[in-house]
Amino acid sequence: MASSFKKALDSGRFVVTCEVAPPKGTHLAKVAHHIDLLKDQVDAINVTDHQSSVMRFPSLGGALMIKEQGGEPILQMTCRDRNRLALQADLLFAYSRGIENVLCLTGDSIVLGDHKTAKSVFDLDSCQLLAAIRGLEKGKDMAGNDLDGGVAFCAGAIVTPEAEPLEPQLIKFEKKIGAGAEFIQTQAVYDLEKFKTFMDYARQFKVKILAGIILLTSAPMARFMNKNIAGVNVPQPLIDELAAAPKGGALDKGIEIAGRMISRIREEKLCDGVHIMAIGKEEKVPEILQASGFSTAGHS
Amino acid sequence: MIRSITQAKPEAELARLMEGLDRLFVVGCGTCVTLTRTGGQPQVAAMAENLARQGKLVTGAVVVPVACDHLTAEILDEHGAAIKQADALLIMTCAFGVQTIARQLRKMVIPALDTLFIGKETGPGRFDEVCTQCGTCIIGETGGICPVTTCHKGLVNGPCGGTNKGKCEIDKEKDCAWTLIYFRLQELGRLDSMKRYQKPRNHQGEPMPGRFRLG
Repeated sequence: MASSFKKALDSGRFVVTCEVAPPKGTHLAKVAHHIDLLKDQVDAINVTDHQSSVMRFPSLGGALMIKEQGGEPILQMTCRDRNRLALQADLLFAYSRGIENVLCLTGDSIVLGDHKTAKSVFDLDSCQLLAAIRGLEKGKDMAGNDLDGGVAFCAGAIVTPEAEPLEPQLIKFEKKIGAGAEFIQTQAVYDLEKFKTFMDYARQFKVKILAGIILLTSAPMARFMNKNIAGVNVPQPLIDELAAAPKGGALDKGIEIAGRMISRIREEKLCDGVHIMAIGKEEKVPEILQASGFSTAGHS
Repeated sequence: MIRSITQAKPEAELARLMEGLDRLFVVGCGTCVTLTRTGGQPQVAAMAENLARQGKLVTGAVVVPVACDHLTAEILDEHGAAIKQADALLIMTCAFGVQTIARQLRKMVIPALDTLFIGKETGPGRFDEVCTQCGTCIIGETGGICPVTTCHKGLVNGPCGGTNKGKCEIDKEKDCAWTLIYFRLQELGRLDSMKRYQKPRNHQGEPMPGRFRLG
């Protein structure tokens, strides 16, 4: 049976996802609160997997919490920390507990995180992880052995529509679709004219695209992302808008900008939905949705 | 020529390795470590001076032409008396040289260098890693550029999302392997090769430790 997220994607309506980050430790009250706040507002919630290579409570644990709290999880899985045995085993476990959506990522480098001398794995890459999932669904592990009980996942991946140079990214994007990606979450997009150009190209493929929306919290934060995050370009007028906000009002302005972008993406049918990344401000997602004038509540 | 690329161990680590060892014989090498200025004649002389300042007794020093060569045994023989007086040998060669020497003498060896990679001088004073000896060469499909070695993550199906303006996410000084491969294949009119899905790699091409016998 298809996951509720998959059904939402297939329904053709505008889909909204967001993400939560598990804590560094075992105090789960905050992430549980975020899940409660968001589970009925969005179609699915991603759980990040040691985001930025910083060791945390596992994404599998977070996805289980979402399931237990009555939400729809998307399990983020990177190839950085687990070899093909461990990845397959975690997929089997996830499926056995009702986790039916997976986002396949390469993973940030170990040296950018907080355990800088750890061994990086990268036994598989994101394309190969997608292919492995499709293989497990056929009842075979990666070595070709029969499984005693299979899996079924809605599997996705990511793309950076403003990467420079773009062409190598697009080749990988096409390979991810070829390997079995059903949906694609994009890196944050701010210049919707440029995003339209990307979508003109991407529409030829049978894949659902969710535009990445990172909540801007201040002008310095926007400048920091422009300088440090690959493929993120916040246009100057948006930075000016944040800078012109009254003292203490930059976050509200960021919420307004995010809402405005979601509204335009939806009204102009630029793509199939949005993936909201309100990094550290997860409790603001309902306000972003309100600002966009759109709600998924009642659909699922 | 392919070279063993080394750098000096941190002083504190070296001091710890030499604790309680007061008489040392120093060995350098005339090949790779001379090129990288980590274990040639000037560095061996400086090390001997430095050890003397620390109150260590340097029983002798030699720069052998090629530390990893069998002839090294004969050269060390000539220094038998000085080596015998030493508590340990402080060896300023790559790890291969250290192992070659350790095999021949009943003495503790202290590597003064860390061996970083097998590489090539690609510009004045610049060395780049060229091959990790993975045992399953794929550069026939990547225009001769090795992603297993040159991509920080060893990816074989294209770039990760961290690549930016042709550089690697971990270091703006390092080129993104997949950007290089893309432009090389584009120039050769063979981008089809990059578009082909690469299966998961065989990471056990020759299971460690490598051993190979002719015939």
